[in-house]
Amino acid sequence: MKLNTAERQARRAGLAVGLAAAAYGVSYGALAVAAGLDVWQTCVMSLLMFTGGSQFALVGVISTGGVAAGPAAIASAAILGIRNGIYGVRVSPIIGGRWWKRVAAAWVTIDETTAVSTNQPDLRSQRIGFWTTAACTFIGWNLTTLIGALIGDAMGDPRQWGLDAAAAAAFVGLLWPRLKQRQTIAVAAAAAVIALALTPVLIPGLPVLVAGVAAIVIGGFNWFSSPDGDEAGPSVPVEAEEFVETETLETEGGQP
Amino acid sequence: MNLWMIVIIASLACLSLKLAGYLVPPSVLERPGPSRVANLLTVALLSALVGVQSFGAAEGLQLDARAPALLVAILLFAIRVPFVVVVVLAAVTAALIRLSGWG
Repeated sequence: MKLNTAERQARRAGLAVGLAAAAYGVSYGALAVAAGLDVWQTCVMSLLMFTGGSQFALVGVISTGGVAAGPAAIASAAILGIRNGIYGVRVSPIIGGRWWKRVAAAWVTIDETTAVSTNQPDLRSQRIGFWTTAACTFIGWNLTTLIGALIGDAMGDPRQWGLDAAAAAAFVGLLWPRLKQRQTIAVAAAAAVIALALTPVLIPGLPVLVAGVAAIVIGGFNWFSSPDGDEAGPSVPVEAEEFVETETLETEGGQP
Repeated sequence: MNLWMIVIIASLACLSLKLAGYLVPPSVLERPGPSRVANLLTVALLSALVGVQSFGAAEGLQLDARAPALLVAILLFAIRVPFVVVVVLAAVTAALIRLSGWG
């Protein structure tokens, strides 16, 4: 297939973002095993769920509450998965095509694929960006999950290796790129306070779910919104975000 | 409920949410409210998970080796160190503190 400049750049962005995302599958794999999942369960999550935030959340809730916190773990994973549905609404017109192609696309509609595809200037590069990112992320994420799970399995006591602290750091990493507006910072602060205040009184898993009220209240009344009011669309933060942005600028700058 | 059930139900829930996005008409996104709240829900849950993972214990809250590790992680993300490196360094911080006998 002959590719023009924009299409080659879409492919490069897809590779960079996909590889960056795949790299942290190792931390997910190790944390999942440390939380008590076996290697198979850890890998099935990456294959079937295939959305980092939800996977980390489920593992995080299970690690504090065990199997008893199952319903809260499922709910946390699902709530973090809602944004993929919203990405789907935006990406759907780019994918087009037959139903089986759309099912495959839905499966891999996550932060990374949405960010790369929606950043491209024309439909063909958007499709190339989407599927390149999807392939890199899917293959890489599942491979590194397995590697991480095997490492975690060999490690023994997770606390001795600081894996419990690694879990908190992973959530900071997923949260960090989203803290750009006053409103998101306010929600993050309120949610952390609510969750910590409720931890001594509620069963494990529930404080995290109740903290979601901060988003519903602050978002519902649109408190702390920025004056430019550009918060309507879903923002799509990814690990290799700068790469996506520079690529887009180069692409736009390169147009005649 | 066992771990396999939790894994399968949660995975199918997340997969269904992705598929749902391809079934609803794009006009759904024209109202800013729902997508804003969905966005903020992600932020709220991640932030709550940071708190609980850093200070939660079997009995309420606990200040231990995870707190300095959290601080290290925040500082490193602030200077744009890559995800995997930060996670490893946070783990190393906590592991070393525990090795020295605290937390």
